[in-house]
Amino acid sequence: MRQVSPLNRRRWRNFKANRRGLISLWLFGILFFVTLFAEFLANDKPLLVLHDGGVYMPVFVAYPETDFGGDFATETDYRDPFVTELIEGAGGTMVWPLLRYSYDTINLDLTQPAPAPPSGDNWLGTDDQGRDVLARLIYGFRISVLFGLSLTILSSIIGVLAGAVQGYFGGWVDLGLQRFIEIWTSVPSLYLLIIIAAVIEPGFFILLGILLLFSWVSLVGVVRAEFFRARNFEYVEAARALGVGTLTIMFRHLLPNAMVATLTFMPFILNASITTLTSLDFLGFGLPPGSPSLGELLAQGKANLQAPWLGLSGFFTIAIMLSLLIFIGEAVRDAFDPRKTLA
Amino acid sequence: MTQTPPLLRVENLHVGFTSDGRQNTAVDGVSFEVPEGKTLGLVGESGSGKSVSALSVLGLLPYPAAFHNSGRIMFDGDDIMGADTRVLQRLRGNDISMIFQEPMSSLNPLHDIEKQISEVIQLHRGLSSKAARDETCALLERVGIPDPESRLGALPHELSGGQRQRVMIAMALANRPRLLIADEPTTALDVTIQKQILDLLRDLQRENGMAILLITHDLGVVRKMADRICVMQQGQIVENDESHAIFEKPAHAYTRKLIAAEPSGAPEPLKANPPEIVSGENVKVWFPIRQGLLRRTQTHVKAVNDISLTVRRGETLGIVGESGSGKTTLGRAMIGLQRAEGSITINGTNLSGASPAARRAMRKHMQIVFQDPYGALSPRLPVADIIGEGLAIHEPELTSAVRIARVRDILEDVELDPDIAGRYPHEFSGGQRQRIAIARALVLNPEFIILDEPTSALDRSVQAQIIELLRRLQAERNLTYLFISHDLKVVRALAHRVLVMQDGVAVELGPTQQIFEAPASPYTKTLIEAAFA
Repeated sequence: MRQVSPLNRRRWRNFKANRRGLISLWLFGILFFVTLFAEFLANDKPLLVLHDGGVYMPVFVAYPETDFGGDFATETDYRDPFVTELIEGAGGTMVWPLLRYSYDTINLDLTQPAPAPPSGDNWLGTDDQGRDVLARLIYGFRISVLFGLSLTILSSIIGVLAGAVQGYFGGWVDLGLQRFIEIWTSVPSLYLLIIIAAVIEPGFFILLGILLLFSWVSLVGVVRAEFFRARNFEYVEAARALGVGTLTIMFRHLLPNAMVATLTFMPFILNASITTLTSLDFLGFGLPPGSPSLGELLAQGKANLQAPWLGLSGFFTIAIMLSLLIFIGEAVRDAFDPRKTLA
Repeated sequence: MTQTPPLLRVENLHVGFTSDGRQNTAVDGVSFEVPEGKTLGLVGESGSGKSVSALSVLGLLPYPAAFHNSGRIMFDGDDIMGADTRVLQRLRGNDISMIFQEPMSSLNPLHDIEKQISEVIQLHRGLSSKAARDETCALLERVGIPDPESRLGALPHELSGGQRQRVMIAMALANRPRLLIADEPTTALDVTIQKQILDLLRDLQRENGMAILLITHDLGVVRKMADRICVMQQGQIVENDESHAIFEKPAHAYTRKLIAAEPSGAPEPLKANPPEIVSGENVKVWFPIRQGLLRRTQTHVKAVNDISLTVRRGETLGIVGESGSGKTTLGRAMIGLQRAEGSITINGTNLSGASPAARRAMRKHMQIVFQDPYGALSPRLPVADIIGEGLAIHEPELTSAVRIARVRDILEDVELDPDIAGRYPHEFSGGQRQRIAIARALVLNPEFIILDEPTSALDRSVQAQIIELLRRLQAERNLTYLFISHDLKVVRALAHRVLVMQDGVAVELGPTQQIFEAPASPYTKTLIEAAFA
């Protein structure tokens, strides 16, 4: 068992010394963890139904209404007063999540035309299709963060590989790739995305793929510079003299140097990824219609200025999420700052 | 002693540093005096606090991380300890000047020589720019820069290391300081230039009557320069006496150890008729210089030009030369880290003709130890992985338990505690790191090891231990060394034969004794004179 290296211990100390970053990490961690289980938090199905001696878990299994003595063979609509009557009338119980709405549940009992203002039932009001704003925020937060994380990790992997190859081999490889990246980054990516989105209907993974085409370049520069610098270090020479292979040298001796820069950049890349997704959704070229998305909520807020709860909830969610990530990013930067040791 | 008070008197100086909330004492109650016109040498190994003491005089430490608990610094009768910044600024560069070890980083790379020197003159003496220019020329002439008028516009990188150090001295002397603090002024320079710089400092001292506070780890330098010597160890002065007394009858054990640490002894004589292990014939390393629009090769830098050498089993061939003479490039070429023309044979296999795979297999038989013990070990791997890496490649059949056992054995062999295998390089001192690097080279049981200045970055006493270790390992394992160094004393202690290089060419090759006692070429003579004078 190898202990945590003292270097990493010092970094963790530096990270913790940044109170704001530490608190942000905790808040963000809790929010992300909780929203991972959005189905148990906001759903139009009960978590547990006890009926007629049987135990049902509607969150996991779709039960036809006939199971509870109804008429239809389709999936039960547990919000239907008729179904409630069927189950509770027969002495059964339903355990509901905190919010009785999923992101696509339309509240048919609204007393006012949608978008309805906040009420005891819909804590942050509903959007213009009568869907609960809070439920959509919870699901929207989750999908934004997951999308951002996937994009960040994938583009980091590609970016690090490309930068490593450029920096290690240098020469013509470097020259060629570098020119390619220059041309590639001068393509106006947002417009290209809009054009592509007009041709194929983008889902989560197609969007991820398209955005990945452009986001991988962000790390190449720093990784390339690190490899350039370190490839003539004496310990790399020593490894070469030992007969260590090129790949091993790159991953074992050089990559750790580049990881500092990479990790420092990551929270900011995550931020940029989330912002890109939000702006695409806002323009209507993002995730398919009906998906819970923060950008779509903002667009609704813009279209319904008479319903400020739409714009405000969207704005605060995005602002808080991005600020937390920036604060975490700052703390990470501090943690990896070698000059912080003497302070 | 003297009736007049000394120019600089430091009394009971303490310097501490705060880091991570802890306080470390760097200098612990140091007192010394520098009389007008005399030279005081402050000698000690790295970390002994000698530089920190000197920097305190000018208030150049990183305050507030550094602090003084007590002490007085009297310059010309005034207490300048903790004096106002303005008072210190008037002193700096005017009454007290400083020259640093590394001339490249101490000069601003973006300003030409004239600007850097005349700035000091104009700042403190308020001369017109014309007068400052003339003064600058005179100064450059005085420090021995040929044709100063034409060098005024030169940028620091256009000068050689020795010239840069001369410019630094010119800057320091611009205002005829009464005290010059010289912090390792010659450590970064070649021996021949070292000698010139020291001669220059002595001449200037005689002319201007200035006092010098000389900080160095090199006993040879203080012996030549200083009237009085303070020996420092771990933040304290352990001995303070007249220069000749220190060398003739050192009172303190540490001083004796320092003096005894001068490399000495000779390598074990060779066994009769050992086989040739390494041979290079007409080795050439030429770097092309491309110029013009078509990047056509105009000419070559001939780093190594047509050198032939052989080394026999158990023998050490020393390669000496000044920086830029191509000795490191030759070493790298001999082990295949540098593409070279000519034929290099190691243990009967031709290196130049070998396929990449065959070449990799040959690495088991030849290894290299580098100069910088800090750069040569990957900072993110524990010692066991650093040493075991070669084993994993060349003897993949070993189980990890056997591998660990081999690593522990080799650590013991280089006189380190085997239990350190799990620790990281930064936890070790320079000497210990160099031992780890030697262990890494040895673990594969190679026949041939290139030692590229393995002792240059180390303190003298550690140097002596490493030389001892290398000699013992050679005797035990019948190793063949190619020992590259600019330090002739170390070479004499280790090498059977010596190859002297200058500008990529072999000037002289012969048995060590013959080279040192009866050098044939004038260049070798200059080198030896500079090193042993």
